[in-house]
Amino acid sequence: MRRILNYLAGRLLLTVPMIFILLSLVFVVLRVMPGDPVSAMLGGHAPDTVIEKKKAELGLDKSLGAQYVDYLGQLLRGDLGKSMIFEEPVSASIFAKLPATLELTFFGLLVCLGLGVPLGVRAARKRRTGQDFGIRFYANIVYCIPVFWLGLMLQMIFGVFFNVFPIAGRTGSRVIVSDFDTTGLYVVDTLIHGDFAALGDVLFHLALPAITLGLTLSGVFVRLTRANMLDTLKADYVLASRARGIPERKVVYGHALKNALIPIVTMLGLQFSALLAGAILTETTFSWPGMGRLLLERIYLRDYPVIQGVIIVYALLVTLVSLVVDLAYAAIDPRVEL
Amino acid sequence: MKDRSEARNKAFLSPAAGAASLIRRFSDAARKYRVEWWILVVGLLIVATVAFMTLFPGLFTRFDPNDQNAGVQLGRPSIGHFLGTDNLGRDVGSRVVYGSRTILGVAFAASLLSALIGIPLGLISGFAGNWADKVLSLVMDSIYSFPGLILAIAFAAMLGPGVINITVAVAVVYVPTYFRLVRGQTLSIKQELYVEAARAIGARKSTILAKYVFPNVIATVVVVFSLNIADAIMTEAALSYIGLGLPAGIPDWGMDLSMGKKFLPSGVWWMITYPGLMIMLLALGFTMLGEGLSEILNPRLQEY
Repeated sequence: MRRILNYLAGRLLLTVPMIFILLSLVFVVLRVMPGDPVSAMLGGHAPDTVIEKKKAELGLDKSLGAQYVDYLGQLLRGDLGKSMIFEEPVSASIFAKLPATLELTFFGLLVCLGLGVPLGVRAARKRRTGQDFGIRFYANIVYCIPVFWLGLMLQMIFGVFFNVFPIAGRTGSRVIVSDFDTTGLYVVDTLIHGDFAALGDVLFHLALPAITLGLTLSGVFVRLTRANMLDTLKADYVLASRARGIPERKVVYGHALKNALIPIVTMLGLQFSALLAGAILTETTFSWPGMGRLLLERIYLRDYPVIQGVIIVYALLVTLVSLVVDLAYAAIDPRVEL
Repeated sequence: MKDRSEARNKAFLSPAAGAASLIRRFSDAARKYRVEWWILVVGLLIVATVAFMTLFPGLFTRFDPNDQNAGVQLGRPSIGHFLGTDNLGRDVGSRVVYGSRTILGVAFAASLLSALIGIPLGLISGFAGNWADKVLSLVMDSIYSFPGLILAIAFAAMLGPGVINITVAVAVVYVPTYFRLVRGQTLSIKQELYVEAARAIGARKSTILAKYVFPNVIATVVVVFSLNIADAIMTEAALSYIGLGLPAGIPDWGMDLSMGKKFLPSGVWWMITYPGLMIMLLALGFTMLGEGLSEILNPRLQEY
């Protein structure tokens, strides 16, 4: 236990420089960007004196270095600051949107693994047959589909032509969100309140976005699962289990897949940032009120503190997941020591 | 393993001998790996067709991509307009043809730009291996582990719309890819006997890097470059789909998709189907090209 705690502390310390580097990069990029929040807010018609006064109020009249030091000081106190456009703390606007992104990402991942791993196993078992080539073809095609285009096509087919799934938002008009909204994760919330009609509606709205996000990334996992299963299926312990008459299903899923799982879990950590990027595009396509849309909206408004805050949260999410992956790694494989 | 490195060394004797050995290697590969060979050929065909379309758009369409009077607005695909017309009456087919120029140009230039920055940095960083290497690696790893699209969004917003600007924004994402690849390779090549020999005969560091390390790194870079273009295509399309990066008036697949999105609820399928299909096809072409190359240049993977 002590070793795990030490390891955790070390890893968390390592994330500090990473976030610092990204933040510095984004800070400079934002400040060099043409336009500023005051002009974006006042619409360019305000007299110069008003603009100067407002800038001074927000601290934008200081030098870049001074602004940077101020911001870092604020961060060290655990404060993400206040929006420069709206009267709200940055953390509040982020936490209002974070659950939507988390829900989408989680279910996207579920679709991705639910499709990718079984297909990969199947392809490995039917190596060099029609099925194998078909699945590999699927994996390659799916990998090249732009996630936003897939979203548009699914919207068109299932939302417009067949009119079975909604194409925008998290809930329909018949559901009143404030009835169950506690964590912001609507699937969890509706379950807590036992409101199954609302749960159905939420899942209905979640279906297309989650499939969109999951499908495009499933190709990577098909290929990885297949490659690793080919290795493990050749192993002696698989032959031994078969010889002992253990059912084929159990040999494949219980023995071979379990050993092939380690690189898959590693890949999960690496693909998580791709998942987040895909989530931004999915949110745009499906009018999903998550962090990606918040980021894009505030980039147009030049709302520096919110943009920086969102970047920090994304970076934290990525590092958090890679941490969890490392821990899972140790849990799956007893040979791994942290 | 042995004859591979021999072939590799031979390839750098003279251009003619190099080309001959390369052709021999590929024709050997064609006989040995049928499927992989077909993947390479199909990928090459897709890429060549789109490149041809980029160079001679007039052969594929008779409409101007920005001509708003070309046909009726939101016209279904018909004899006059094979792929239909958009909300401004522009021919979708001609926008698809002319749009290839933007995406192919940007993706290629961006990949080249990030290779030109990432490769030298990786070489020097890996070869030097001092504190600068540690700092540079930390910076590159940080960028690498972060969702690239977000970085590209920030850069595209900073630079404003423009073809060169979107190229730079896309390139930023892929510099760490080349850096990490080349640095890793350099680290292992540095330990090779022939580098030690070069050092022993008193070759300068710049000579060792240019003549001994770089040629051995470049083979992997070719494969990654092709896969990188496929990825850059998606990033470019994503940026212009979001509405960042390109000024109006330049036909672009991503931009056409975001325009078509507005008319999707009224059942206008032709505005979104074709540009997206083309993005996928082009990305697939470069992926297949890269995969084919890697399986042939990298026989270790052949087992699968």
